[in-house]
Amino acid sequence: MKKGIEVSIAASEAAKLARVEAIAAYPITPQTHIVEHLSDIVANGELDAVYVTVESEHSAMSACIGTSAAGARTFTSTSAQGLELMHEILFIASALRLPIVMAVANRALSAPLSIWNDHSDVMAARDCGWIQLFCENGQEVVDTIIMAFRIAEDHRVLLPVMVNLDGFQLSHVVEPIDFPDQKDVDKFLPDYKPLYTLHPDRPLTMGAYATPELYTEAKFAQEQAIINSLPVIKEILSEYSKKFKRKYNILETYNFEKSDTVFIAMGSVNENIMTAIDTLKKDKKSCGLVKVRLFRPFPDAELAALLEKKKNVIVIDRAMPAGGMNGPVYNEVAALLRRYNIKANLFNYIVGLGGRDVLPEDFISVYDEVVKAKKGKSKEKTNYKVIGVRA
Amino acid sequence: MPKPMEEYKWHELRIGCVIEEVGSAREYKTGGWRSMKPVWDESRCIKCGLCWLYCPDAAIYQKEDGFFTADLDYCKGCGICAHECWPKAIKMVEDEK
Amino acid sequence: MLPNIEIYAPNVVPKEEFVVSGHRACQGCAEVLALRHALKIFGKDTIIAMATGCMEIISTPLPTTAWTQPWIHVAFENAAAVASGIEAGLRILRKKGKIPDKDIHIVAIGGDGGTADIGLQALSGALERYHKFTYICVDNEAYMNTGIQRSSSTPYGASTTTSPAGKVSIGQQTWKKDMVKIAAAHNIPYVATACPSYPFDLIEKVKQAKMANGPSYLHFLSVCPTGWRIPSEAAIKYGRLAVETGIFPLYEIKDGKYRITYNPEPLRPVKDYLKGQGRFRHLTDEHIEYIQKRTNEHWEEIKKLASLK
Repeated sequence: MKKGIEVSIAASEAAKLARVEAIAAYPITPQTHIVEHLSDIVANGELDAVYVTVESEHSAMSACIGTSAAGARTFTSTSAQGLELMHEILFIASALRLPIVMAVANRALSAPLSIWNDHSDVMAARDCGWIQLFCENGQEVVDTIIMAFRIAEDHRVLLPVMVNLDGFQLSHVVEPIDFPDQKDVDKFLPDYKPLYTLHPDRPLTMGAYATPELYTEAKFAQEQAIINSLPVIKEILSEYSKKFKRKYNILETYNFEKSDTVFIAMGSVNENIMTAIDTLKKDKKSCGLVKVRLFRPFPDAELAALLEKKKNVIVIDRAMPAGGMNGPVYNEVAALLRRYNIKANLFNYIVGLGGRDVLPEDFISVYDEVVKAKKGKSKEKTNYKVIGVRA
Repeated sequence: MPKPMEEYKWHELRIGCVIEEVGSAREYKTGGWRSMKPVWDESRCIKCGLCWLYCPDAAIYQKEDGFFTADLDYCKGCGICAHECWPKAIKMVEDEK
Repeated sequence: MLPNIEIYAPNVVPKEEFVVSGHRACQGCAEVLALRHALKIFGKDTIIAMATGCMEIISTPLPTTAWTQPWIHVAFENAAAVASGIEAGLRILRKKGKIPDKDIHIVAIGGDGGTADIGLQALSGALERYHKFTYICVDNEAYMNTGIQRSSSTPYGASTTTSPAGKVSIGQQTWKKDMVKIAAAHNIPYVATACPSYPFDLIEKVKQAKMANGPSYLHFLSVCPTGWRIPSEAAIKYGRLAVETGIFPLYEIKDGKYRITYNPEPLRPVKDYLKGQGRFRHLTDEHIEYIQKRTNEHWEEIKKLASLK
């Protein structure tokens, strides 16, 4: 039965369903409702867990490494500056192969200070060795958090997982959400069985350093782990889909098969792109969408298979390239087109920075612009366009 | 026990580079750092064990007869034992290797 | 003459080593010696969270480790936060019956840089949250691991690679940060200073720290022959001189009550401590006089605090 609930509250309820044992978190807008509700359910005994009220996000991730290395199922959440403050420790959590799950309520990075949504926080943290999943609505947030623990703790994976939800746009809206039964979740997600823990009964050393003779091997091993997590993620998503009767995949498409021109996007912006596609349809224009749900590891072969015969591919980014040629999602897609020798025309639009509204009409204009675009050498100064900037 | 670093293949490292062979630093013989070594004059030694207690390298051990000596595999020759031995039973001498 | 019980050290100090031979500390490193003593007292049922620094780098080049207790290193500034997590994690797992109900002591260890500078915030947070753990600051009075750069724990007048003595500088221009006071300001049950030159005093304090009903903080003066530019065999001697001159008083603060654990009065002049050390070689009589004055004031302050109930 569906229940109307704020998505942040739903995210913490999902952590409860996952029987999280340890939380270490520091408040930051727009993540606050997640940690407040977690504090509540720990305080009133609904969730039997320790909540470490750390003094910063840096210590949040550090304490999470501690709880996880001790063998406890660990959850945390942050946004923007908080994610960047933990940046250093994100790399260590993944290198130590600790299955921490973190919900990131995506928010723009300062300066100027902005509490509103875009993806500049997570994109700055995209190469930290974490598995990264993106959610489009509240239902996905709940289901993804539960799946994230299964993925992270699978002994074929053992990596931390970041569950991204757009700040405010998603975190603060009330949506009807179907919560799975606790007993079904328990069956899907049994107790965490760590491979190594810090305990005197089996002493070991974690976090040794590597000289040049071994660093490459250590990082190569870690890279294999995230690459090899892809089939396991697919398997777990498909198992969840079957058990809970909601379909999940690493990539999802909309109005796709017959469309020559397709958008690629991540997160809540997908809903407005779908509305745009529906409007375009009424004008007999066919446009498709690929929703990238899994950004790390990047599902290049799967995406290539979808893009193979497309004419125009429009990549939506929600972070500035900062002097790079394009937005970060575009860069991945451009690399895969090259690798798989796909000839599609590729476009990059940067939208919705710092909470700027991006409406279905904007995507309709983008579509019109793209289908009219002439082939040949571009005279534009940059290889991307920023939607809605006042010139 | 671990083999030399340069012989490891990537898949031979444990997940997260965990080391299960605790105390395996013993493989590395720090005795090679030494230029001087301690020698005990057992006629002066009172077996107090302060040399053992003050050794940063845990390289001094008590023999069955109760006297102390250095494990030359590890003794770095810092000279603390000789300096702190109040009955003056330890001397640092040139180590001919 | 040492009291009888102290004469036969191996009879009163546990023999088992938890930081084993083969570690790569410099010759005469009194920091690893302090840990050697402390870890014997913490014993087998201990988990160590260590900050980046000398002790980490001398002990764990993959694929070997010098530690025999469970040990983790995460980063430079967060040993106290990692220790908080381990403590909290074990607490919930024990409560849920997922691990045996046995008392495991958590020990976080950092150098003076990792404690007084970059790790101060994480340490303050962990002490304030009242995790049951011991934090040890092994203070060798500079960033020795990276090549003797000054920290806020470097003493006044010391020449380091980033506070070099020069024509217009005496070296370190600020007074050593008082970490003991900062730790004590968190109203934790046990705070103490110790020095491996006084191993029995150190051992007694480790026992107290382990038994404390809450967080405890130990500040170990850790003589560094490399960074202080003294001969390696003099490491114990300089620790002793630091105490005998009143530069580094040995005391504890148990449940708020100060107690001097070893009174070296009459104090030796600070010159005895300063003169043989390369890092202080450039100091003039005037500087030494200033150091003497402040040292006396500090010693009197500790004495006064210790006489309070």
